[in-house]
Amino acid sequence: MNTMEMIRVNNLNKSFGNLQVLKDINLTVKEREVVVLVGASGSGKSTLLRCLNFLELKNSGHIIIDGERIEQNTHDLNTIRKKIGMVFQHFNLFPHMTVLQNIIEAPTHVKRKSKQQAVSEGKVLLGKVGLGDKLHVYPSTLSGGQQQRVAIARALAMNPKVMLFDEPTSALDPELVGEVLGTIKELAKEGMTMVIVTHEMGFAREVADWVIYMHEGRIVEAGTPKEVFDYPQELRTQAFLSSVL
Amino acid sequence: MEGLWITIKLSVVSLIIALIIGLFFAILKISNIRILKWVADAYIWIVRGTPLIVQIFILYYGLTDLLLIPMFWAGVAGLAFHSGAYIAEIIRGAIQSIDKGQIEAGRSLGMSSGLTIRRIVLPQAIRRAIPSLGNQFIIGIKDSSLISFIGMQDLFGVASTMGSNSFDYLPYFITVAIYYLIIVLILTYFVNITEKKLAKSD
Repeated sequence: MNTMEMIRVNNLNKSFGNLQVLKDINLTVKEREVVVLVGASGSGKSTLLRCLNFLELKNSGHIIIDGERIEQNTHDLNTIRKKIGMVFQHFNLFPHMTVLQNIIEAPTHVKRKSKQQAVSEGKVLLGKVGLGDKLHVYPSTLSGGQQQRVAIARALAMNPKVMLFDEPTSALDPELVGEVLGTIKELAKEGMTMVIVTHEMGFAREVADWVIYMHEGRIVEAGTPKEVFDYPQELRTQAFLSSVL
Repeated sequence: MEGLWITIKLSVVSLIIALIIGLFFAILKISNIRILKWVADAYIWIVRGTPLIVQIFILYYGLTDLLLIPMFWAGVAGLAFHSGAYIAEIIRGAIQSIDKGQIEAGRSLGMSSGLTIRRIVLPQAIRRAIPSLGNQFIIGIKDSSLISFIGMQDLFGVASTMGSNSFDYLPYFITVAIYYLIIVLILTYFVNITEKKLAKSD
């Protein structure tokens, strides 16, 4: 079976000033795979995710997206980002726009789709995340879980090849976590390629093809959920898991 | 009444121009290009560091003597030059108060930085700036009275002239004060309405 590599990261290093937050990261994500990054706060998992769509710029190493090696000084990062959807911890919806306007903003202004087409596609997406009745309200009137589902629909509206999730449920009240995880699971079923940073271990076990455990900027252990959660080989992984499970 | 009309015309035109100047310098100030930042800093420094009346006189003599620009437009230039700096600072502050996550969300959708500023940041920043802008507009309207010192017959200029003709200043200046109060009252009303309209999304 020859599945296409969607993301490949070779020897990635990233520092903030004197603090090296990513150390020699190697990572491959194939098409239709779901990779979950776990680890304590400050382990570098969010930074790694943000490097993948160049919200953080690497110091050294290579990032290959969809077969294309991205050099951040010569590439048009806006073009690359169209292929990569991102969902943030704090949703980051545009508060001055209605739900539907949030969805159609990038398709109409970046992809130059007609408004009519963007609206009809947007309505389908919002229906899919269960918010077909909230088209014309402002984000501030929605619950956190609803806002995050709008944010997912907004990212999907660009037809990305990969979706990145940066702790998508960390800012939510516990009773709202399920609806967002449910939406992400649906995407996994449809074969969306995804990289997810999360603290929800049960969800990780359920949805991940691969789990990667990070500690102090390094990938310590990687494997199937069964391998990492049930038979962790590294002491640090065992310690982390016993503290969160 | 002629004086009232001049005050209104002068204020409206100069504040619209000041808004454009302010927006322009606010964007220079948040740009990553150092020279542009310096230009904006220098402009704001000059305006804040000198009295308005001095700025009005310099621009008046400079523009009317050297460039033969009509007195009205020299007056507009002086007032707009002055308010523009304060408006630039108000808008810059509002832009910088917008959550960085908004910019990241825009960029992550493939929007260029210019498009993100125009579509995502500025609309929110302007909303947030409206109370302060309204305040600055009120100051601008009242400051326009200084324009009478270059000989314009605005509200204040007319009152001075009539006062000196009749040797009875007080009634004229009290009338002028009432006019200004009414103008400011109307402006405040519109600022409040705009604020409420735009607040519906928050």
